[in-house]
Amino acid sequence: MMISFQAVGAQGELRKPALARILRPALGLIVPVGLAVAWELAVKLGLSNGRLVPPPSIILSTFADLAATGELQRHAIVTLMRVAAGFGLGVVFGTLVGAITGYSGLMHRLIDPTLQGLRAIPSIAWVPLFILWFGIFEKSKIILIAIGVFFPVYLGVMGAVLSVDRKIVEVGRVFRLSGPAMVRRILLPAVMPAYVISLRAGLGLGWMFVVAAEFMGASEGLGFLLTDGQQLGKPAQIVAAIVAFALLGKLTDWIIASAAAPFLRWEDAFARR
Amino acid sequence: MLVLDRVSKTYPNGVRALEDVSLQVAAGELLVIIGGSGCGKSTLLRAASGLDTPTQGRVLLDGITIAAPHERIGILFQEPRLLPWLRVADNVGFGLEGRPRAERDKRVAFAIERVGLTEKARVWPRELSGGQAQRVAIARALVTRPSVLLLDEPFSALDAFTRAELQDHLLDLWDEARPILVLVTHDIEEALVLGSRIAIMRSHPGRIAGVIDVPLPRPRDRLSAAFDEQKRRVLKLLDSTLKRQAHKAPLHDFQI
Repeated sequence: MMISFQAVGAQGELRKPALARILRPALGLIVPVGLAVAWELAVKLGLSNGRLVPPPSIILSTFADLAATGELQRHAIVTLMRVAAGFGLGVVFGTLVGAITGYSGLMHRLIDPTLQGLRAIPSIAWVPLFILWFGIFEKSKIILIAIGVFFPVYLGVMGAVLSVDRKIVEVGRVFRLSGPAMVRRILLPAVMPAYVISLRAGLGLGWMFVVAAEFMGASEGLGFLLTDGQQLGKPAQIVAAIVAFALLGKLTDWIIASAAAPFLRWEDAFARR
Repeated sequence: MLVLDRVSKTYPNGVRALEDVSLQVAAGELLVIIGGSGCGKSTLLRAASGLDTPTQGRVLLDGITIAAPHERIGILFQEPRLLPWLRVADNVGFGLEGRPRAERDKRVAFAIERVGLTEKARVWPRELSGGQAQRVAIARALVTRPSVLLLDEPFSALDAFTRAELQDHLLDLWDEARPILVLVTHDIEEALVLGSRIAIMRSHPGRIAGVIDVPLPRPRDRLSAAFDEQKRRVLKLLDSTLKRQAHKAPLHDFQI
């Protein structure tokens, strides 16, 4: 790949792909930006009062006000902590149990049916029970998020371990790898791509469940900003909180993706072809 | 000396893949095992490598019983089986971990150079062609300097052109260090190009029907009359093996 790019550059045609590289993602911005501008104009021209659907400028100023007073940061950090704790728990258990059921046929037959049964329950249905068991404060929220994260990670790890190519494992045997070396040099790299995908799916569910958890009664957090905005009739605050969710969700996903990138470069090499 | 001493292998489902197979391969020899698909030749090679244990009999390398993969035995499969997450050089050096960095680098560079892929050392396996990937696998198997190299139809997935090229290449490499080389194939021409001796297998259960010497000087000319004559000889032998087999046991999918 490198060689072919340099060859193109040598012919003085590097500008074309460079321009295309900037323009192509920009195409995706046309629709949302266009809609936002159109709505802004519609409110400015008096076609709508924009009270229930605030125009971008109002949302932006609400967002800025919340940020200026430090309110936004305070709520965002509380939510972020909940997601971090729930995600951490869910990942640890999902990875452990997934690895065990993927590796051992006996454990798979023993545990997997129960977990698949539990997975069929919409996790929000646990909320009343969790409140009874763990109270209305942090514990029940974090456990709910952890459960949301657990299942995609569990499924991803189990599937990845089950689908490790037996022929590649045999290469490890030919070179007489010990158990730990087999895990480190063959199994871990082999499950890595599927693992990263399951982590990202788990994180997505973590953000989904933190909202549910904060709906069940919270005095802090971005979810609280949502319910507060609803009760006080402040749609701009709701949208500002939604924007904050979007930014944080994207940011945390990006952190996982880029932390994993060095381990998955061999996949990129394939995708680029 | 690699010795297979009355090796039998019966799978848990009752299939007798090998029965009473005995073979001796001397140092520096190149033995080709030829037979139809499903005749147990892969099973034989897996038993010789220590990847599978025979139900009866034993495998000995210079008097040592081989019951598990051994550092002196290298194996090459039909597929290259490269690790997709390691660059070519790291794949070649896979069996050298734990050795000093400098020694490893030197040996890897040499092995890659010997298979003619120096400019591909930093490339990912997925960017290689089938022939290149198999050459990397050869380098990976040889970099540990095994005294035995077992090859399970290593070129059967390649096109005829690449196959002939790699056969010649393998011969060059073999000539350098002269390890014991046992190659399994269903290709008569390949057997004649490579083998010092050819063992013919029959199936159900897999056993050695006979072993012949290949009286052709090296380098062998695939187009010579003598080569053609040997080809007819092996074909005849395979044919009679097939017929004898047909009288004894029902013919399944024996094909050459």
